[in-house]
Amino acid sequence: MEEVKVYGVWASPHSQKVIWALKLKGVKFDYIEEDLHNKSQKLLQYNPVYKKIPVLVHGEKPVAESVVILDYIEETWPENPLLPKDAYERAVARFWIQFGQEKSPTFHAFFRTAGEQQEKAVKEALEVLKILEEKGLGDKKFFGGNNIGLVDISFGWLAHWLEGMEEVVGIKLMEPSTLPRLHKWIKNFKEVPVIQENLPDPEKLLAYFKVLREKFVRDLPSNDQ
Amino acid sequence: MADEVILLDAWNSAFGMRVRVALAEKGIKYEYKEQDLGNKSPLLLKMNPIHKKVPVLIHNGKPICESAIIVQYIDEVWNDKAPLLPSDPYEKAQARFWVDYIDKKMYDVGRRVWSSKGEELEAVKKEIIQHLKLLEGELGDKPYFGGETFGFVDIGLIGFYSWFYTYETLGNFSIEAECPKLIAWAKRCMEKESVSKSLADPHKVYEFIKGIKKMLGLE
Repeated sequence: MEEVKVYGVWASPHSQKVIWALKLKGVKFDYIEEDLHNKSQKLLQYNPVYKKIPVLVHGEKPVAESVVILDYIEETWPENPLLPKDAYERAVARFWIQFGQEKSPTFHAFFRTAGEQQEKAVKEALEVLKILEEKGLGDKKFFGGNNIGLVDISFGWLAHWLEGMEEVVGIKLMEPSTLPRLHKWIKNFKEVPVIQENLPDPEKLLAYFKVLREKFVRDLPSNDQ
Repeated sequence: MADEVILLDAWNSAFGMRVRVALAEKGIKYEYKEQDLGNKSPLLLKMNPIHKKVPVLIHNGKPICESAIIVQYIDEVWNDKAPLLPSDPYEKAQARFWVDYIDKKMYDVGRRVWSSKGEELEAVKKEIIQHLKLLEGELGDKPYFGGETFGFVDIGLIGFYSWFYTYETLGNFSIEAECPKLIAWAKRCMEKESVSKSLADPHKVYEFIKGIKKMLGLE
């Protein structure tokens, strides 16, 4: 069997997504931690277009972009399927994964800005979460149904990273009273053994977010602070 | 049971063109419903309530949204002829990577071309050239992005060809001069009926944009 390597960063939910998918399928891999301030030659060679993590390398063949990597993992290791068999259901799953991608600037703005800009981002983020809960999750246990799938994995950051961001920014988005189903989903998601055993240390993550937030606020134009 | 296939689309949408090309490649009969994006129909709002955008494919009453997802759906359901995606998982991943790149980069610059001017326009122009050069590099000496046969990445990019004349005229540059191989590729694609019948007339696109600019006072 060909060697599998994952280039990632401990704090990134994007590299964690790849790790979760591989572990759920029982695929052995080597993990290489990258220093984003000093990117390795290998990373730049494997992802010349974006120069970002995560990158999956199978044999010597690199796959970049987490959405593309997840699809690749699903197709290469079909055991323990993470996408529905039905083509229509699969298209719906892909829709939600893409929805998450498209809305990430809103959550970036939530974390990186202040004042009016942040207020606007908070309002948008709450709308996004409401849509996700009502139209995406509905009454299902997981986005994937009874078992977790790629959509759950794609939104995994809501289950562990958002908490730290909210604490540092001082604004709560994921209120149990307004988003009860998502709240329950978070609990169910974190109880899945592979997820539970593969989450970055929350204290370490919080400290990391604090440093990041300070930097973002410092770099804001003065009338936005 | 006969399939009922409806496409909600707008004539000049490069994303809608992807779906038209895919349907034509597979020889699928469908009903085309032109959408007025300035006055969205109840059907569009019902079928794509979250984004309210085109294209939307409605297959036996069920909507599929997002052009790249629609094309993959078409390929998976009508899998008896004209495969659009490679069968090898690695090749498939590369194809998806490039369509994702086109999604991320081309729509945004396209929109900024007609809404900006002066220095900003110059910057957008440079970006367009940069993206197209990268794509041209990926094409290399192959007849199509997929190799010998027309496929997913070709479908992903070709709709934007109908917008090149608009970019060139507004930005005052020649894409052919910057990316000759890419233009050769586009012309090769246009020799296919599935493409030539699906793409909008570039001059009509330009007239449309000219009209928008006038209406918005952006001349």
